Amino acid sequence: MQPIFEVRNLKRAFGGLAVTNDVSLSMAPGDRVALIGPNGAGKTTFVNLVTGNLKPDSGAVLIGGETVTSVDAIGRVRRGLVRSFQVTRLFADMTPAEHVALAVLQRSGRAGRLFGNFLGMPGVMAEVEDLLGKLGLKDLMHRKVSEIAYGQQRLLEIAVALALRPRVLLLDEPAAGVPQSDTGRIEQALADLPADLAVLMIEHDMDLVFRFAKRVIVLAAGAIIFDGSPSEVTKDPRVREAYLGSYANASHAA
Amino acid sequence: MTMTTTNEMTAAPPAHRRIANADLIGLAVILLVAAVGYFLFPNNLALLTRIIAAALLVLSLDLVTGYCGVATLGHAALFGAGAYAAGIASAHYGINDPLAMLAFGIVAGAVAGLICGVVILRAHGLPQLVLSIALIHLFHEFANKASSWTGGSDGLSGIAPTALFSLYEFDLWGRTAYVFGVALLVIVFLLLRLIVRSPFGMLCRGIKEDPIRIRSMGASPKIALTKMYVISGAVAGVGGALNAISTQVVGLDSLSFTMSAESLVMLVLGGTGSLFGALTGTVVFMFFEDVVSAANPFHWLTMVGALLIAVVLFAPKGIYGTAAALITRRREAP
Ligand SMILES: Nc1ncnc2c1ncn2[C@@H]1O[C@H](COP(=O)(O)OP(=O)(O)OP(=O)(O)O)[C@@H](O)[C@H]1O
Ligand SMILES: [Mg+2]
Repeated sequence: MQPIFEVRNLKRAFGGLAVTNDVSLSMAPGDRVALIGPNGAGKTTFVNLVTGNLKPDSGAVLIGGETVTSVDAIGRVRRGLVRSFQVTRLFADMTPAEHVALAVLQRSGRAGRLFGNFLGMPGVMAEVEDLLGKLGLKDLMHRKVSEIAYGQQRLLEIAVALALRPRVLLLDEPAAGVPQSDTGRIEQALADLPADLAVLMIEHDMDLVFRFAKRVIVLAAGAIIFDGSPSEVTKDPRVREAYLGSYANASHAA
Repeated sequence: MTMTTTNEMTAAPPAHRRIANADLIGLAVILLVAAVGYFLFPNNLALLTRIIAAALLVLSLDLVTGYCGVATLGHAALFGAGAYAAGIASAHYGINDPLAMLAFGIVAGAVAGLICGVVILRAHGLPQLVLSIALIHLFHEFANKASSWTGGSDGLSGIAPTALFSLYEFDLWGRTAYVFGVALLVIVFLLLRLIVRSPFGMLCRGIKEDPIRIRSMGASPKIALTKMYVISGAVAGVGGALNAISTQVVGLDSLSFTMSAESLVMLVLGGTGSLFGALTGTVVFMFFEDVVSAANPFHWLTMVGALLIAVVLFAPKGIYGTAAALITRRREAP
């Protein structure tokens, strides 16, 4: 199958430190990949580079076979490459319903409309209620984001990404900051995603990683040191070494 | 430049209806204040009309500053462009129908908005502010130099609007101009209420809070803000044209830095990010400027200064914004 998302020899250094060091990977529609690695391995930087939030020193990014290295962040989203943020980026003065509605309207080319209100658009509202319902945010949909708990803001961050109906979805630690009792909602939302969507999830919670991913990529010091099945990752000596000390979880979870 | 904001739209479940009610209440308040003004100051309708023109400028500024977070001290460029276009159409081209003059004002305001938007939106924060100041000086200087068109520092005269709808002459007492102004304000207010709660209005509020997040949703902040600048220009153009039609002169002060700065003061006074705030700030400021200054010519500026400091320090959301917040809090905690 032709890859929907491809990264070739991506490099980026900050002041001489190679934070992304010759990273290549490719994903097919329907892939469920976990990207793991110790703190500071360069996972978020990788996402920033491929989404166009940051410029690479060299390398190429392709979406659906099209090279998008010189396309800006907006253009990449419009081609179906959507991300969520590790540190929640939401609009404090707006409500969850407004967030999701804005994403839905933007996706359908109606975000520039000068009249009407999404509350009066049944199609938009149906989607808003459905998505927020799935993530357990329906009761809060008309509260300001600044008034809801951080864990719920994390869930909203995912709802916004899903509302854009991506072809490739990059989730940067979606469960970080979400109470244990609510991570099930994230898993359920991920399980409900269209089968042909390619998902790459950065996650430190190994239980979540092993339930979600059919393929695990390990990044350490900016380079991919492992790319294979979840059952093999904990046995890999290089992975063990990379995690030694910083991360006892990896071996315990398998 | 940080500013605290109040948005009219804090949607709660039956939000539609509550919003529509707010429209009706706003409309009723505008008409009531207009009527009271008419009966309290029957000999000073010219002042009231000037307040309306200023209110249109402040509403226009609120669109880009209050709703989108753009820092500008050059917004009178849009107002002045509208005033000069309407005035020049009449004085030089014999286009004396007030509605046609108004159309010229709107188009010129929108074009000026486009130009200013394209320039100002290239920068952020302090550099943005500096660009806006540079722009207003350029506009001012251009109008000063093009004196065969604009009358330069003498002002543009010879503006002679014919009767409105060929029925209502612009009388010496300024009654027609006043009613015309109130009608324009009401129309603009209702249109802006539509726009600020439309998908586009929501997009702009998002841009104000986090443009990078908006880009990650696939929307272009620059295109949206430019569009808002054009709309803002059209609104300021209405104010400018109203000024030209009602006073029948256009002076360089309508394109000045002073006027730009005063409009920002009025907006902050009333409360940014709220159409009612813009209107409140204008009325309070202009009232002080004209009524209090007549009563107390020596101390009125001191009083305006003190009022402004008090508002910024103790009611940072502005007069309207703070009042609205108080009422909301009271309603939520019965
Ligand atoms: N803009 C920047 N300028 C300089 N250094 C940076 C910049 N962004 C990231 N870095 C550095 O790059 C390295 C990788 O950071 P990154 O945020 O990508 O790690 P990460 O794998 O996402 O870590 P975490 O698990 O903590 O989220 C870190 O050492 C960080 O300090
Ligand atoms: Mg990270």
